[in-house]
Formats: sequence, C-alpha cells, structure tokens
Amino acid sequence: MADYKELVLTASGVNPLKCMRCGKCSGTCPSYDAMEYHPHQFVYMVEKGDIEKLMESKSIYTCLSCFACVERCPRDVEPAKLVEAVRLAVIRQQGKNHLKSEQIPDMVDEELPQQAIVSAFRKYSK
Amino acid sequence: MLRIGVFVCHCGTNIAGTVDVKAVAETLGKEPAVVFSTDYPYMCSEAGQNIIKDAIKEYQLEGVVVCSCSPRMHEATFRKAVAAAGLNPYMLEVANIREQCSWIHKDMAEGTAKAIVLGRTAVAKVQLNAPLTAGESPVVKRALVIGGGIAGIQTALDIAEAGYPVDIVEKEPTIGGKMTQIDKTFPTLDCSSCILTPKMVECAQNENITIYSYSEVEAVTGFVGNFSVKIRRKARFVDEDKCTGCGACTEKCPVKNAPDAYNLGLSNRHAAYIPFAQAIPNVAVLDKERCIKLTKGKCGLCSTVCSAGAIDYEQQDSFVEEKYGAIVAATGYNPINIDGYDEFAYSQSKDVVTSLEFERILKADGPTEGHLARLSDGKQPKTIVFVQCVGSRESGSAHGCGKEYCSKICCMYTAKHAMLCREKYPDTDVYVFYIDVRTPGKNYDEFYRRAVEQYGVHYIKGMVGKVAPQADGTLDVQASDLISNEQLHVKADMVVLAAAIEPDKSARPLATMLTASMDTNDFFTEAHAKLRPVESPTAGVFLSGVCQGPKDIPETVAQAGAAASKVIGLLAKDKLSCNPCVAHSNEMKCNGCSSCANVCPYGAITYEDKDFSRRKDGTMMRRVASVNEAVCQGCGACTVACPSGAMDLKGFATSQIMAEVDAICK
Ligand SMILES: Cc1cc2nc3c(=O)[nH]c(=O)nc-3n(C[C@H](O)[C@H](O)[C@H](O)COP(=O)(O)OP(=O)(O)OC[C@H]3O[C@@H](n4cnc5c(N)ncnc54)[C@H](O)[C@@H]3O)c2cc1C
Ligand code: SF4
Ligand code: SF4
Ligand code: SF4
Ligand code: SF4
Repeated sequence: MADYKELVLTASGVNPLKCMRCGKCSGTCPSYDAMEYHPHQFVYMVEKGDIEKLMESKSIYTCLSCFACVERCPRDVEPAKLVEAVRLAVIRQQGKNHLKSEQIPDMVDEELPQQAIVSAFRKYSK
Repeated sequence: MLRIGVFVCHCGTNIAGTVDVKAVAETLGKEPAVVFSTDYPYMCSEAGQNIIKDAIKEYQLEGVVVCSCSPRMHEATFRKAVAAAGLNPYMLEVANIREQCSWIHKDMAEGTAKAIVLGRTAVAKVQLNAPLTAGESPVVKRALVIGGGIAGIQTALDIAEAGYPVDIVEKEPTIGGKMTQIDKTFPTLDCSSCILTPKMVECAQNENITIYSYSEVEAVTGFVGNFSVKIRRKARFVDEDKCTGCGACTEKCPVKNAPDAYNLGLSNRHAAYIPFAQAIPNVAVLDKERCIKLTKGKCGLCSTVCSAGAIDYEQQDSFVEEKYGAIVAATGYNPINIDGYDEFAYSQSKDVVTSLEFERILKADGPTEGHLARLSDGKQPKTIVFVQCVGSRESGSAHGCGKEYCSKICCMYTAKHAMLCREKYPDTDVYVFYIDVRTPGKNYDEFYRRAVEQYGVHYIKGMVGKVAPQADGTLDVQASDLISNEQLHVKADMVVLAAAIEPDKSARPLATMLTASMDTNDFFTEAHAKLRPVESPTAGVFLSGVCQGPKDIPETVAQAGAAASKVIGLLAKDKLSCNPCVAHSNEMKCNGCSSCANVCPYGAITYEDKDFSRRKDGTMMRRVASVNEAVCQGCGACTVACPSGAMDLKGFATSQIMAEVDAICK
C-alpha cells in the first residue's frame, strides 16, 4: 500500500511537528460542527500517520477550503493544506477522476456562487 | 628559536572521544622547537596545571601551547599557571581542539588530523609571541542606571547602600515603570504601589542617588571604569527645584483632552500634569504637544496660578555630562501592539482590552476608579473571558508582530486577574483559554490551582479563534475546547487579552551607543547564558530586569541585586588592569592619513606632530598616529584599515597571523 503519510506531507508541504497544539485553527473553523475530524486533529493524525481514517471521513469534503485555519495559525502550520492533500490521496487512490477545466462551463448555473466554483476546482482538480 | 612545551588535554572523553590525543602529543613533539610534549585527562585540574608548571622549570620552556577547550573557557586559568612558574603569561597559546574540533567531528582520523594542524598553528604563533605587561587604568567611582523601573530602582538602591554615588536616567517624568500601573501583585496579592512607593521615595531621599527624570542618554564614550555619558534633560517647562508638586497648574489648565499615558490612553489628562499622585520626582510637566501657550502662544494660566513661580515656557532641553565607572541597562519592556489581531476585535470594541489595561481598570486610581466595569457603557461585566498567549509563542507570519518566545509572566497574572474578579465579584463567570499553563516557581502552581479549585475559574484548554461584537453589546467568543473536542461559543461582556511583551523600542539604539549586544528580539545578551547572566559581553555594562528577558517582579529584583553586586565589585577597585593586546603604530611607516582613527569604534587614536629631523636635513615634522592604550580594546579594526601597514596588534601581530596561515597550509 502506498505510503500515504509521505504523499500527504510532500503534496502539502506541511510540517506537522511545528504544531504546538493550541487549537486556534479549530477555534476559528467555520465548518467545525460539520467535520468529524477538526483541523487540529488533521495535523495530529497526519503526524501519527493515521491517514486512512481521514481518507474515509466526510470531513475532507465538509471542509470549506476557506483557509481561515491557515490564516490564524500562530505557527504557520497550514492545516487546510493537509485536508487538501488527504483529498488528493483519495483521488490518486480512486484513479483519475479529476475535474477538468473544460468541464466547468457545463456545470455552472446562475444560482451557483462563484466561491463554490473556485472551492470545487481547488478540491477536485488535483 | 624558543623552547616550547605542548600539553594536550583529553577533557575526559569530550576531546579524547574523537581525537587520538596521544597521537597529537606525539606528532607535535616532533615539531622543530618543541622540547616537551604530553597529554593528560584534565589539563585544567590542579594536577594538570602542575604538569605545566613543572615542565616549564624542568625543560626551561619559553613558550607554552595548551591544546584544549576554547580560550574563552580556560585561557585565564593557563595564563595564571604559566605566570606562577615564572613565565610571562602572554607566552601562552591555546589551540581549541574541543569546540572547533572534537565536538564537530565524528571521525577519529579526521578529528586527530585537524587537532594536529591546530596544535601546529599555535606552536608557530607562540614562536613570535613577546612578553606583554598589562597597564592599569583608574576606576571612576560612580554608576549610571538607565531606566527607573523596579529593576533600575533596586539596582540603584543597592549600589547607593554600598556607599557609591549612582545616577538614574529615566525617560518618563517619573520613575517606577510598569509596577506603578499594576494593581495587585502575584503570588501574594499585595498592592503594587504599597511595595513600590517606599522604594521610589528612598531613591529620592538617598543622598548617593541622583534622579534624572524625563531624560535620555544621548551619547556614550569611553570604556569600563571610565565611561563618559551625555544626558539630555528634556524640557518639562517647569523648574524642578522650584515646583512643590501642589498641582495648582494642573487644576487650572484648560486643556482636558490629552490622552493619559499612565492610564494607557483609557482616560484624559490636562496639558499641565503630574503623572500620578505618588510620582517621583513630584514635579509637574507641560505637554508641549497639547499646551496652548507652547503651541499657540496664548493662555499662560498655569504660570499665573503657580505660587512657586516654577513655570518656565522658555525652558530648553539641557545637557549633563558625567563620568561613570559602570553602566547598568534597566530599560524594561512594553506590551506589543495588538491592533493587527483583527480576530480578537481589539480595535473594534472598547470591551476587548489588554491585560495591562485591565490592571488600570482594577486599580483605584484608574479610569473606572477601581470598579470592574466595561469601558463602553460602565456596566459591570457578568462574564469575562481571558485569552492567554496573544502574540507570544508565534513563529508564524500571521500578524507580523508576534513573538516566538513565551512572555513568561502572563499565565501568572491571568490567574491573578481571574481570581481578583471572582473574589470581588463572586457572581462573575470567568473563563481562561490557555494553550499551556506555565506556572513554575515557588508557590506559583499552587496559586494557579487556587484560581481553579477555590475560586471556580473555568480553565479551558484551547485557543480563541474569533471574538465578534454583537448588536446587544455582548461579545461572541468562539473557541475550541480541545479536551472535550468541541467548538464553544461564550457570550462574554468583556474579553481580556494577555498580550506578549517586548523590550522597549529605545533599547536597540541604546545598545548601539553602549556597544552592548542584543539578540534578534532586542533583549540585551548576557556575557554567558548560565554563568554570567547579569553582565553584558561589553566590559563595564550590566543588565537588570526585563531588558534582558521576560521576568516577573521577584526575578527582576533578584537580578537587579545581582547586577548591583557586580557593579559594587567593580567600583570597589581603584584600578583595572588593561588588556595588553592593544594596537600600536610603527611611526616610521605611518603617514598620518587618519584611516585608523576613522574606523576606531572607541576613539582610541589621536595624532601628534613629531620631529623626525636628522642632523643634516634640517627640520622634518610628520603627523603620526598614537594609540591610547587605556582606551584601545584590541578589536583590530585599525590594523586592517591602515594602508601602509603601520598599525599592528600586540599578541595578534600580522606576522603571527601569517605564521599561523603558513602552518595550516604546510
Ligand atoms: C499586565 C501585567 C501584570 C503584571 N503583574 C505582575 C504581578 O502581579 N507580579 C509580578 O511579579 N510581576 C507582574 N508583572 C511583571 C512586571 O511588570 C515586571 O516584572 C516589572 O515591571 C519589570 O521591571 P523592569 O524595571 O525591568 O521594567 P519596567 O517596569 O518596564 O521599567 C523600565 C523603565 O525604564 C524606562 N526606560 C525604558 N527605556 C529607557 C531609556 N532608553 N532611557 C531611559 N529610561 C528608559 C521606562 O520608562 C521604565 O520606567 C506584570 C506585567 C504585566 C504586563
Ligand atoms: S479551511 Fe477547512 S479546516 Fe480550515 S478553517 Fe476552513 S473549513 Fe475549517
Ligand atoms: S492553529 Fe496551528 S499550531 Fe495551533 S493547533 Fe492548529 S495547526 Fe497547530
Ligand atoms: S509647577 Fe507650580 S503649580 Fe505646578 S505643581 Fe509645580 S509648584 Fe505647583
Ligand atoms: S506565560 Fe503563559 S500566557 Fe504567557 S506566553 Fe507563556 S504560556 Fe502563554
């Protein structure tokens, strides 16, 4: 089986050892209640190598990719980049179900907020 | 050639673990001038020193090389040993085969080869050493303390008590520092003013102490035992000798909207003011930015009501020049500016305050006269949230002003604040959000536990992510509770932020004037982190209080006393022996170009016109450099700057350095 920890660390460029476990990321996260694992837990679980649990969790899709946790972290850990990297691990595992830029125009309708398009692209284009 | 002895130290396994010391001693023993070479487990021990002394006598050694730790560690020890055996102490060289060799190499063969090269280099240098004699310089028996907080006050009192005159330069109109603004003090909860004011009064009354308040250091020259300092006394527009501190000027002054610095801008004061009731000196100041007379030329009310005739609108800054044997930096700290922390709504809401502002709210002479009240509507808060580590322990770039270090005092003062709230107003709900509670120290952890167990303060492990002011005037505090793994919302009436502390902004330029070093956070650096904590690496400059690193009052006072004892030790000496490794100029080579004087950081070089006439040629006057040996610190800058190679450093002559380079390249 692939070494997911290595993949997540390289893809995100995050060093979880910088985390001082303050919880400010989770104190700031607007999607906290919709997430089974919270941003500080992503950091700790990646550090421990518990990546499969994260890959199976809905949390990687309920994260809004708002980057509030990245903005507020006092130690520049960038938890959202780990969430993103775990999504990437899932995509790599499932095969190439990428979102291609040409597909986007067909999906867009009047109602869809622009932020959602950007966010979706960030999530599914890896 | 001089007869040289080589002594190789094992330093237990520190050196011998990675360097084959026997091979080093043996190889160096074959160098041409070396007549004796040996190794020993601890060269610095008494037995080790005796080996050196005995060998000097037995083999009539004229130069000694010790291969051991850094000369910073034991050069003085070995110089003494060499001198005890009758050799000039400067006929010794130390080859650093520990810090610069065994500690940084893992491979025995490489380490040994390098140790041999370093030893050979020292042998080459000592060949060219000449006996040197240290000169002497007198000690001015007066000390200067810069900064009049509790650190400066305690240091000055201790020095004065020992019988030496000491001057305090304080940039604010009064001495006292941050302690004047604090209400009660942990861990005993006694009133800050009650313990500080007597010391301030003692400073004013002690005849050995002169207080230059509202003054700043303008320039520093000289060296240990003999500094010259220029002090700027900023114009306060009031004659300090005449003012009786009656306050009549303040009462009549029509300007009422100047932000009161004593209350951190939470209230206003007049343009004519005395900072607070217990100010020392108890003398009024006119705020030159706000006084109508000084800005527009009108008004002049205060001078009409001052019965002492002390008001002087024409007063100018004046200068004092004084000589000192020792200087103590005691410039303290300030909380960082937290305007950039938008998530805590500090700039948006009056009810989000810093901990120092909270001290002012608790203290009887503060903006709310000691009543726990919101600054927005004057109502008593029912729920208060304290946030620790605001801007401390931040390595990230999130706010641009965070500090990587722990500010050390905020865990304790937050516990104090929480306890005081619960004690005076038992119906208040108090929350403290923490990352860690750091309360080491005598009776400190017990103090924090009392807040939890006796006073029922809710300590929650987790950080606040967001504070949002609500329409009903409350503050929605969103935070994580890491232990129960949930995100909380607390409806608070007041939020108190434990802002990080940083050295006073004026400390950096002051350090430059003193040629004292600082770390990247602008705290003064000590000469040795463990063994010389109150001395700066610059001789004659000492450190007291938070300017050296975060500290609470007990630690500050202990360090202040330690700095004073070092100063007293220095002032007790009549003369100091100078470092004989100083520059000197070869007058036959010097062309008087001034390059050396331009680079000398200590002002040690002067020029004189000297008569070089020979009998037949008539007069020939030439301008040549001359070094004041008492002032020269041996930094070597001039030797590099001199275009004619006339400047040289005793003990580190160009020829010696070149001999070392040759030995390395051999
Ligand atoms: C909110 C809060 C609560 C606290 N509560 C407690 C407590 O309960 N118990 C406790 O033990 N500690 C407490 N402390 C810590 C305490 O304030 C410090 O330990 C103490 O004030 C340090 O004294 P200092 O003299 O080193 O610095 P300061 O008090 O900052 O004094 C420095 C002085 O030097 C002057 N100065 C600065 N630069 C210059 C210059 N270039 N030239 C001339 N003068 C200069 C300043 O004007 C100031 O007067 C608290 C701190 C805070 C922030
Ligand atoms: S990026 Fe995701 S995890 Fe981070 S704060 Fe936003 S929603 Fe929460
Ligand atoms: S905010 Fe940063 S340091 Fe704090 S728990 Fe989250 S990732 Fe770790
Ligand atoms: S300046 Fe005059 S009026 Fe003002 S406090 Fe001093 S003595 Fe009183
Ligand atoms: S003393 Fe406590 S509150 Fe202050 S920075 Fe250190 S850990 Fe944080």
